Amino acid sequence: MFLAPAGVLLGLFLVVPIAMAFWVSISDWRGVGNPMTGSAQFVGATNYTELLGGDGLATKDFGRAMRNNVYYVLAVVPLQTILALTLAVLVHRRVVAGRGFFRSAFYFPSVTSSVAITVVFLFLFSATGAMNRLLAVLGVEGPNWFADPRGVVHLFLGALGVRAPYESGPLLLGLSWWNWISGPSVAMCVFIVLAVFTTSGTFMLLFLAALQHLPGEVEEAAVVDGATPWQRLRRITVPMLRPTLFTVITLGLIGTWQMFDQVYTGTGGTPGKTTLTPAYLSYQVSFEQQEWGRGAAIAFLLFAIIVACTLVGRRLLGEREDPR
Amino acid sequence: MTAAVATARRPAVRRDRGPAWLRRSRSGTVVALTVLVVLAVAYLYPFAISLATSLKSDAEAATDPLSLIPATPSTAAYTELLRNSDFPLWVRNSVIVTLAVTTGRVLFDSMAGYALARLRFPGRSLVFAALVAIMAVPGVVLLIPRFLVINTLGIYNSFAALILPLLADAAGIFIMRSFFMSVPRGVEEAARIDGAGPFRVFWSVVLPMARPALITIVVLSFQGSWNELSHFIVASDRPELQTLTKGVAQLTAGALSQGTQYPLKLAAAVIMSIPVAVLFIVFQRRITSTHDGAIKG
Repeated sequence: MFLAPAGVLLGLFLVVPIAMAFWVSISDWRGVGNPMTGSAQFVGATNYTELLGGDGLATKDFGRAMRNNVYYVLAVVPLQTILALTLAVLVHRRVVAGRGFFRSAFYFPSVTSSVAITVVFLFLFSATGAMNRLLAVLGVEGPNWFADPRGVVHLFLGALGVRAPYESGPLLLGLSWWNWISGPSVAMCVFIVLAVFTTSGTFMLLFLAALQHLPGEVEEAAVVDGATPWQRLRRITVPMLRPTLFTVITLGLIGTWQMFDQVYTGTGGTPGKTTLTPAYLSYQVSFEQQEWGRGAAIAFLLFAIIVACTLVGRRLLGEREDPR
Repeated sequence: MTAAVATARRPAVRRDRGPAWLRRSRSGTVVALTVLVVLAVAYLYPFAISLATSLKSDAEAATDPLSLIPATPSTAAYTELLRNSDFPLWVRNSVIVTLAVTTGRVLFDSMAGYALARLRFPGRSLVFAALVAIMAVPGVVLLIPRFLVINTLGIYNSFAALILPLLADAAGIFIMRSFFMSVPRGVEEAARIDGAGPFRVFWSVVLPMARPALITIVVLSFQGSWNELSHFIVASDRPELQTLTKGVAQLTAGALSQGTQYPLKLAAAVIMSIPVAVLFIVFQRRITSTHDGAIKG
């Protein structure tokens, strides 16, 4: 009786939908009529093979989205974890006055809407924006951030004199190896900064909670023994924070693979499809191109990636069972 | 650990250097404080600059994007937004959805959490396992599935479509369950002996005790539904049902190619941040010390 309302809602809007979407992902539904009542044909794994094995635009777009998101994850997860830990350790020091103020300042970006923050970043990183003005003071000419599709690895190689090779065939998901090693585009770099800015506060709180629960004696013993603050951090604090560290990394992986709001608000995948992500692609393919089967298939592939990340995280977490 | 063990063997030598370490620590504090201040400025500057720019003219926003004080402060952007756009409608819709979702979640989460923590019924552990599994399903994966259900139920383009799917909140149930597990059973037993039924025990004994946990739910639900974007995108396409997040996102995405109108967009961003900012300031201590489930992707 108590469970009924929540149970019905969860069942209706979580369990049933997933089953329906799975059906759509193996059908050819094009958005007309109801997919459950015969207006869609079973097509087997076609939608999946078109994404993974084909050489058409569908495969290429999925490949691009995967490449973009892989670089995004590789940059954001380590940066946000290190920054969050740094903030937590700094704020945790008892000697520092105004702890509450700093904690709130760092956490505030996490509570505001991703749409609002994206708008602010569009302004900060516009061609004539605050960031380029700041760089100009340092004598650097900033790029036109959101319009620049060049990958940073390509830029770096270009500076070394390495040029793009003549046409080489597709290596994986319709992209050549040269396209795979591009690195995040300049535009994507802004989203990387944005993500680190908005998530580090939340993860700082997780680290802070863990720091407060660490037994003080070990640290005190180390102080008495003359360990430097850096030694204490490296040899005592970080190893003892291991479980939280893995929680933060796992949550970071789950979060970064779901990047959608910023792309919808900011770029729509431009420039040169270098800010396209699987989450946004799945939306675009279904709702704009009406290719519902393929869109649902992308969503399930994304789901598989996220589940894999969670499982890897749990494995690394070892026997710790209580979720934080 | 290893350092502590290793150095413990020669405490005498190290203890002599106590004062030196203390000195280092004091300069360390100065360094730490400096780093903190620089970082705090970096974290707060984007908000200050958006407030300042929303009071500038379009031209000044482009020529002087760095300054925190507008040369000639003007509320033109706000007037334009509130008088000549659908912005007030978006605000109204967001308020309706947020209030409905928050009320619903407080009620349903606490009921379900109580049932899972206290009431004995067949399949309880199964329901709990399902709940944990559901929590693991990422939101963006649910976009298409939710649209399909909303469409099938025939509630597409209605407030029901905006609100109902958000009422299902596994994380909130989880928080309430954890709380109810920590409440001693004695209180309820006393009430039961006095002849109160399960619902009465829940409503007038247990729920009032759950205030701290309920506040957490209120904060999380309010923040979550006010900031929600992707669900609103798939639940309706009618301008009358546009919420703040979706309206502002489309304003930004659509106008990007034409003029910039940054003061206008930033004014919208400022207004939509006010409710969560107020909530944040009011419940600051609770938010920054209770964090269960407050994870944003």
